[in-house]
This record gives sequence, structure tokens and C-alpha cells, in this order.
Amino acid sequence: MATRNGSLWKSVDWVTIVICLLMMAFGWLSICGASYDYSTTSFLSFSSRAGKQLVWIGCALLVGIVLLNIGKKYYQLYAYILYCAVIALLVVTIFIAPDTKGSHSWLVLGPVKVQPAEFAKFATALALARQVGRYGFTFRRRADMVKALAIVVLPMLLIVAQAETGSALVFLAFFLVLYREGMTGSFLLIGICAIVFFVVGISQGGHFLPHIPTDVGLFIVMALIPVVTAIMLRVYAHDSRRALIVIAVSVPVTIAALLASRYFIPFNVGWVQIGLCGLIAVWLLLSYLPSRRPVYLFIALFAVGSVGYYYSTDYVFNHVLKDYQQQRIRVVLGMEEDIKHVGYNVHQAKIAIGSGGLRGKGFLNGTQTKLSYVPEQETDFIFCTIGEEQGFIGAVGVLLLFGALILRLLVLAERQGLGRFGRAYGYSVVCILTFHLIINIGMVIGYMPVIGIPLPFFSYGGSSLWGFTILIAIFLRMDAERTVR
Amino acid sequence: MSRWNVKDRHAYPAGGTASDSGNVKEDYQYDGRRWVIVGIVIGVIIIYIIRLFSLQMLNDEYKENAQNNAFLNKTIYPTRGVIYDRQGRLLVFNQPAYDVMVCMRNVHNLDTLALCEALDITRQQFDRRMADIKNTTLNPGYSSYTDQVFLSQLTVEDCARLTEQLYKFPGFSTRLRTIRQYNYPNAGHVLGDLGEVSKKEMAADDYYSRGDFIGKQGVESFYERELRGVKGREILLRDAHGQIKGHYMDGAEDVPAVPGKNLHLGIDMELQALGERLMENKIGSIVAIEPSTGEVLCMVSSPTFDPRDLAGRQRGSNHVKMTQDLRKPLLNRAIQGTYPPGSTFKTSQALTYLQEGIITPETSLPCTHGFVMGGLHVGCHDGTTSWNLVPAIATSCNGFFCWGLYRMLNAHKYTTVQEAMTCWKDHMVDMGFGYRLGVDLPGEARGFIPNADYYDKIYKKSWKGVTVISIAIGQGEVTLTPLQIANLCATIANRGYYIAPHVVREVEGGTLDSLYTTRHYTTVDRRYYETVVEGMRGAVTMGTCRRAASPDYEVCGKTGTAQNRGKDHSVFMGFAPKDDPKIAIAVFVENGGYGAVYGVPIGALMMEQYINGHLSAESEKKADEFQHRVINYGNTER
Repeated sequence: MATRNGSLWKSVDWVTIVICLLMMAFGWLSICGASYDYSTTSFLSFSSRAGKQLVWIGCALLVGIVLLNIGKKYYQLYAYILYCAVIALLVVTIFIAPDTKGSHSWLVLGPVKVQPAEFAKFATALALARQVGRYGFTFRRRADMVKALAIVVLPMLLIVAQAETGSALVFLAFFLVLYREGMTGSFLLIGICAIVFFVVGISQGGHFLPHIPTDVGLFIVMALIPVVTAIMLRVYAHDSRRALIVIAVSVPVTIAALLASRYFIPFNVGWVQIGLCGLIAVWLLLSYLPSRRPVYLFIALFAVGSVGYYYSTDYVFNHVLKDYQQQRIRVVLGMEEDIKHVGYNVHQAKIAIGSGGLRGKGFLNGTQTKLSYVPEQETDFIFCTIGEEQGFIGAVGVLLLFGALILRLLVLAERQGLGRFGRAYGYSVVCILTFHLIINIGMVIGYMPVIGIPLPFFSYGGSSLWGFTILIAIFLRMDAERTVR
Repeated sequence: MSRWNVKDRHAYPAGGTASDSGNVKEDYQYDGRRWVIVGIVIGVIIIYIIRLFSLQMLNDEYKENAQNNAFLNKTIYPTRGVIYDRQGRLLVFNQPAYDVMVCMRNVHNLDTLALCEALDITRQQFDRRMADIKNTTLNPGYSSYTDQVFLSQLTVEDCARLTEQLYKFPGFSTRLRTIRQYNYPNAGHVLGDLGEVSKKEMAADDYYSRGDFIGKQGVESFYERELRGVKGREILLRDAHGQIKGHYMDGAEDVPAVPGKNLHLGIDMELQALGERLMENKIGSIVAIEPSTGEVLCMVSSPTFDPRDLAGRQRGSNHVKMTQDLRKPLLNRAIQGTYPPGSTFKTSQALTYLQEGIITPETSLPCTHGFVMGGLHVGCHDGTTSWNLVPAIATSCNGFFCWGLYRMLNAHKYTTVQEAMTCWKDHMVDMGFGYRLGVDLPGEARGFIPNADYYDKIYKKSWKGVTVISIAIGQGEVTLTPLQIANLCATIANRGYYIAPHVVREVEGGTLDSLYTTRHYTTVDRRYYETVVEGMRGAVTMGTCRRAASPDYEVCGKTGTAQNRGKDHSVFMGFAPKDDPKIAIAVFVENGGYGAVYGVPIGALMMEQYINGHLSAESEKKADEFQHRVINYGNTER
């Protein structure tokens, strides 16, 4: 079923290719801007970063063309083998990679440095797609689900072991793929709750409600737990009656406790709220016993677990997270104004972007990036150079390019026939790109903690460029075969 | 046909690999979830666009931050114009000096004592200066990021001593500036001085910033705009480590400094020096004007000061000393002192009477030991005679001029004494009295010419010609500045016009104010001036100022002996040569007695110096003698 070159030419999705080439071109110009320092004479010299990036782009295009000419069945066939090879590479990397700023994720091959984590993405995507696309695969079967989750979590753990947490977090994007393929959404809901409880608990903790001796963070989290419990009852147990009872009991009791604490005897309202959560859990447990519907058990566990989670966040934050991670989080949550140390990068990034105005300062005219005020300006903070030199127009242009690419790939993923292999792989590409976009740009504009992951096609570096090229090229080949057949 | 349509899938039959079949039910069940992912992507992009909009379009703070980060605005100071005298001698020029700058942010672990020692200042001075710099009321442009002037005008030697140790004082640096330097110790009042710009001056002109220098007195102040030039600006790029990486936009935004314009003074420095020498130990002034151009040839005010004392770091303490001096050396008496002009004023009276037809050159008026009317007696040195105008001027007869004014104020051509007084006042004002002449120096005084209203107020309208008669001989309410007396003399020398006296004759690459190039004709006819000239010539040949005579040229002169509370002031005005006047001069020596005692000989020496270019041996001896004559003014404030 090998496709002849001529028909491949016709059947490949040119929209995606054009967007990718535009991004590479724009990205290369941005690297020129970022690495230009008034003494630069040529961007084509291999000694400059711009010159090197040109070589990486050339290699990437070559790799892309080669991959486009390999049939879909081979990807399917060798998915697990590739995955195993990459896992082996990741393991080896932990031991042989030299220390680069504390992480052991770079393999040095002569003059070239390679980050295997970048290649783990497409291998994991292929393996996951193969697993999910397997005949009879269903998330209802626990063994299937564990297999799918294991495929995602294994490389993640190995990358964490390389002390490259940022790259490991990217694998969280696969959970969205699993969600699309039918895994229960409660994972996402619980994940969102975990993030919200953590953020609220940390950022609002430490001070009391007005005139009531109750910690604000505690109060909000404990007020949210019954609400989420009620939503879960409604959505997962289809039990509107119990959902209503939860709300009808917890809201008045909480308000009554607040009033009593304010006007009669001051006490910690949090204890009443915790009691309420416990009560709800016990009541749900009693509902489970006659009906034997495990969903009640899970929701009861959620209510109890959330209380435990709240109390453990404090511990996790102070004892599990490293100092620099704590500080990054505090800065992002606006609890600390730190423009000299941890917040320096983001502060300077915001200055660079903010000073760009509508049209920017013009190509090579950015001062903040040129004068090294923004660190990592060619790699993780490349978006600063775009914001400064190309202004609001350029920055929005980049966002829209990403939007167009991601949505286009999403359209392609959705049309991958009845088999789930193509679609799951397509969604993997979509979700990985989305994750990079959200984290990288969010970090530069001060919405996300500083997590060192590159902006696809823009950031300097061969590994990341090849990683994304491979991801997309394989998918384009799958898409091309859909019509050629 | 939409590819999004689920039914569309049936267009492609299941086939290919085995895994492509099955799970059909689950496929349909979760199709809605694609919208969750689409929503996340679109939502995030919209949120980020809004954030970018607020960062880039709504907030100017980041632009300022960026400029503070990257731009180092450096002022380039233009060289200040230099000043030459009449003969092209360089009087004032620029010499390198250093400012000590401090950038507060970079000051760490300062060894204050060592710094004070290196700069030769006390700990108190250091603390006060640091506090002043940080005080934003005193120093509105303060920023801890930029260099602030800590100490200004260090000499090259002082700076060399500091530079050796500068590495010990992070945050401190030196900046090359220039300091005014003078070739002559003379003409301090005319040249003026530079001082650090005051808060008020900064508020008035935003050209200046703290630590800048501005002309405070004299020509330096009046021609500040011409002399200072225009500051230039360099925008340098500073990287995150504080290193300079070149010029912003390759210097396209840089503005070079425009150097100040040079000035050429009308002052003859030799004449000025002689005048200052002759006035030593005396209080008073000498003003000499070239009648044909109005250029001031010398302007002496005694006591004077060495302009070098008001330049450099010692300026502050010397300035305080001079301000506290009872004799007020900083006062430029030539334009700021107002005195009764005494008999020199009689020439202006003669011109007025002649023009108004009160007298003719032939009219004789009586003098009976002066002017006697009712109980009033204005004394006169002569006996009982009757003069016409020329000898009356030559002998400075009080009676003649009092009678003349008496006649004028009672003349029938005016309906009231007020009208006559107004007519008199108009002539006086036209001759340049009672208002500023407009000399190009700051602080000129007006002097005083009374008018009818003034007397109406004082005498409640019951006054007559007799009441005010002393103004006819330059006494009473009338006061003039020495410059106005000199200008009267120049007007007579010109036979009827003057050009507003001015110190600067040429601004290189600029033009003089038209005030200093246009002739101002007075209300009196030329022929009457000729008569007065004859009178002044008579005063030299046979009258009160015979000692002013010179064998080389014809001198015309008029003495004055101005009465005041103490001893009379000795006054002389004169010009020479009579028919082609090159110099008109006024000499005013406070409490010098008769005009002939100090005024005439000093005036004669000055004219000789200017016209001959040197003093004869005999005159040199006389000059020495006058230099050492001391008038004792006691210990009272002048």
C-alpha cells in the first residue's frame, strides 16, 4: 500500500505544511533577532546560533520528507518497538548524560547535543495510539486502562529521573488524548480540583476572614468540596436528589456557622465544614451499601480525600517542592514581588514584550532582548523577542498561527476513519502542541510558573525542532494515506 | 460536504488493518469531547491575546522600564563661548575640571572617611550633600539609577588625587566638565560669574538640570543663551551587566552639542585696568563710552573683585564673604548706584532751556552769590555777576541755572507749573534719565526724575518753581546712575543722539539687538548742543576743569560736586577730542569732595590712556599718586 510520490504530493495536507514552514521561517528570524548583539556580521555562519538553526531546519525538513515516505502500516507495526527503544534510551540517558544545569537529559554526540525526551513524545504517541486503536480496547476494562496509563506514565517517570521536570509535565497532555478516546472525565475534574485546591490553599492561606478566626484558603476549599461533590453526584451518579440534598444542607449550615462565629462565640468555621464533608462521605457510604453502586464510594472517597489533600498540600508545598519551585509558584500566584531573583526572568520578559507596543521596535531593533536583559531569549523565552520586535501584531500573529495549526491538526485527527490509531495519534500531536503553547507563552507573559519547555518551531535547538517535525510528519503521512487509498 | 459530519465516516469503508474496525459505539459516544479540546485551545488563545493587549497596548510602564533598562542618556555639554576684549585679547576661557558623580544604587560598603579625606571635605558636608541629592524637592530629577553630581569643579590636581583611590568607592565616578578661567583680574562686574543653577532657574527654563552652571552676573548672565550653546545628547545602550554596547540606532537619535558663541566686548582691558587702579581705596565708578557706537569702553565699579575668586570650588565661601562685606564689592555701582548728578546735570538743563526758548545762547542771567528768592538761597562760588550760557557752564554758575528753571516753570507758554514740569520731565526722560538705558548687563537701576504728580503728592499741590529749584543743578530729588551721566556726555559729544550703551560689541555668528545699533535722537536741536559743547570746552580752557586739559587733543568737560548727607561726591564728565569724539567718560567718586579733586584728574588720565594708548611719564606718576590716595569711609555700610 506504499504511496507513489506523485499521489503523496497531491494527498498530503498542504495547509499544515505551509503553517509549519511559516513558523520555521518566522522562528528563524526571531532567533536572528534574539542572538543579534551589535557585533553580529552574518546570520549564515555556523558559529552563530542563527546559522546553526538554519542547519537544524534543513535536517528537520529532510527528516520530514523521509518520514512522509514511510507507510502508515510501518508506524503501526513498529510502534511498540520504537517505544521500547526510546524507553531504553531514556534509561541510558539517566546514567550517561553529563550534568547540564542540574539535569541529566542531554546526550552529547560529538558536536551535537540531543535531548531524547523530545523523541519520547512521538514514540509514546505511537505506542498509545496503537494500544488505544487495538481491536476491542475499552476504558471500561481495567487492564486496558492500566496499559494505556502505563504507556504515558513510564517515560514521564524516566524524564523526571533525568531531573527535567518541565519535559515530563508535557506527558500530562496525553491525558487529554485519553479523555477524547473515552476515558472518564472524572480524571480531568479531579485534576482541575487538585490544581484549584492547591492554588487557592497556598495563595489564600495564612490570613483570616474578617472578624472570623477562619483561614481564608481553608474556608474556600472546604466550601468547594460539597459543591464539587454535588456536581459529581449529578453527572456521574445521575442522582439529582442526593446532589440537591448535599447543597441544601451544606450551604445553610456553613452560613449559620459563619454568623455564629461572627456574632456569638468566635470559632474556626473550618471545623464545621470538615465535619460537613465527613457527614457527606458517611452518608454516601450508607447509600453505597444498599445500592452497591461503586460511584457513591468513589464520590465519598473524593470528599474525604479532598480534605486530606488540602492538609497535605501544605506539607507538599513546604517539604516536597524544592525551594526554587516554591518560590516560582509564589511569584506566579502573585504572593511575592521578586524582580531580582526568581521573578527576574518573567519581569524582564514582561518588560520586553510590553515595550513592543502595537508594531514593535522592528527587526533587530529590540533593545531588551539584544542587551541580554531577558535570559534564555533564544530558547524558552523566544516569544519575548517576537513581542518586542514585532509588537502586538507579531505576537498575536504567532498565537493565531498556533491556533490555526492546532485546529487544523484537530480537523485532520477527526477525519482519520473508523480506526482509532490515526485519531489517537493526531490528538496526541494536538495536545502536545497545545500544552507547549499554554505553558511556554503563559510563562513568558507571567501566567504560568517558569517551566523550561520550548515554543515549537520557534525556540532555538535541534532536538525540539526535530521532535515536532517528526510528530507532525508521521501524522501527515497517516492523513495522506486516508485519501490515497 | 463537511468532514466534521460523523455520518461522513461511512463514506470510507472499514478496512485495512484489523484494528481499524470495531468500537464503533464508543466512537460516537465521545464525539462531543472534541469540543472540549477545541474550547481549551481557543479559550487559551483568547486569554493570551487579551493579556498581550494589556501588556503591550494599555500599559506604558513597561516601555519606561525598558528605556530605563537599556538606555543610558548621556548629556554632552557644549563648550561655553569665550570672551574677548576690544583689542581681541582673550579675557575668559574654559579649563578642564572634574565633577564627582555618584550613582546611589552602586554605592556599597562605602568607606566614608577615606572618601572625605580624598575629596578634602568634612563628614558633615558629606552627609548633607548625600541628603540633598536624595531630597526630591531639592533635586526633582533624582534617580538612584543615574549619576548625580556629588561635588563639582575639582581641579585637575584634585581629581588626580581622587582617581588613584576611586576603585575603593564603588558608585563614584568622575566626569569631565569645564571651568571658567580668566586672564585678567579685572572687570569682574562686567564679566560676571557662573554658578550652579538654582531651583528657581530650573523651574523657569527646562533646559537646565541639576548641577548645570548658569551665568549669575554680568555678561555671563545677560548673554547666557548665546554663551551656553545647546546641550547634545547621546543615547547609549547598556546591557544587563551594565556594559555599554554602543549607540542606540547607531547614533541616529544622538544630537551633537552646539558650542556657545564667543563674545567680543567693547571694553578696552588696559583702560579698564587703569580705571580700577585709579579707583583703588575709593568708592565710586568710572564709565567710558565710545560716543559714535555706544560701546562701553570701560566700566569700573570700586571696590571691585577678581573674577577668579568666583570660579571653581572656592566660589561659595568667597561669595559669602563678598556679600557680607560692608562696602558691597559685588554691587556694580556704575549701573546700580544712583546718585545726585550735581553740576554735570546743568548741561541737560541748558539744552532744555534753549530748546524751549526760555533762553538764547546770548541771554544773561544774574548771579548774586547764587540764586536768592524769598527765604531761599542756593549758593554759588562766584561773586555778583551776570553770565550768558557758555561762561555759565564753564564756571558752573548755580544762579544762572536756577534762574533758568525758575523762568521755565513760570513761563507763560505753559498754563500751569505742572504743565511746565511735565515738559521738563519729558526732555529729561528723552535724554535717557529716569528709566533704564537698556545696557546689556543685569540689574540696571533707573535713577529718578521727578514729575508733576510726584510734587503734587509731596506738596499737596501747593508748590511753585522755587520749591523744586535745586533739581536745576542736579540736586534734590534727581538721581542718575554713572552710566546715565556717561551717556549724557556721549549724547553731547554726538551733538544730539545716543546709541544705548552696551558692553558687547559683537556676538560671533549672531547679531546684536537693534537697540544697540540705532541712534536715538533727543528732542533738542543740534545747534543747541554746539553751544553746550562750547561751554564744556570753556570749562576746560578757563573754567572748573582746567586740569583735564591735554596738549594733544581738545577736551570738553564738566565737573560736578554732588551734595549729600556726608562729604560731597566728586563728579566729572567729559569727552575728547572735541570735534571727533572718541571717548565720553563719567567719573564718580563717593565723598571725594569737589569735582576737580578726584573726578577731573582721574577722567583726564583715562582719556589720555584711551586716546594716546598709553600714559606719559608724568601722567604715570600722577596715576600712581591717585592709586594710593585713600578716602576713609569709616565702618558703615555703603
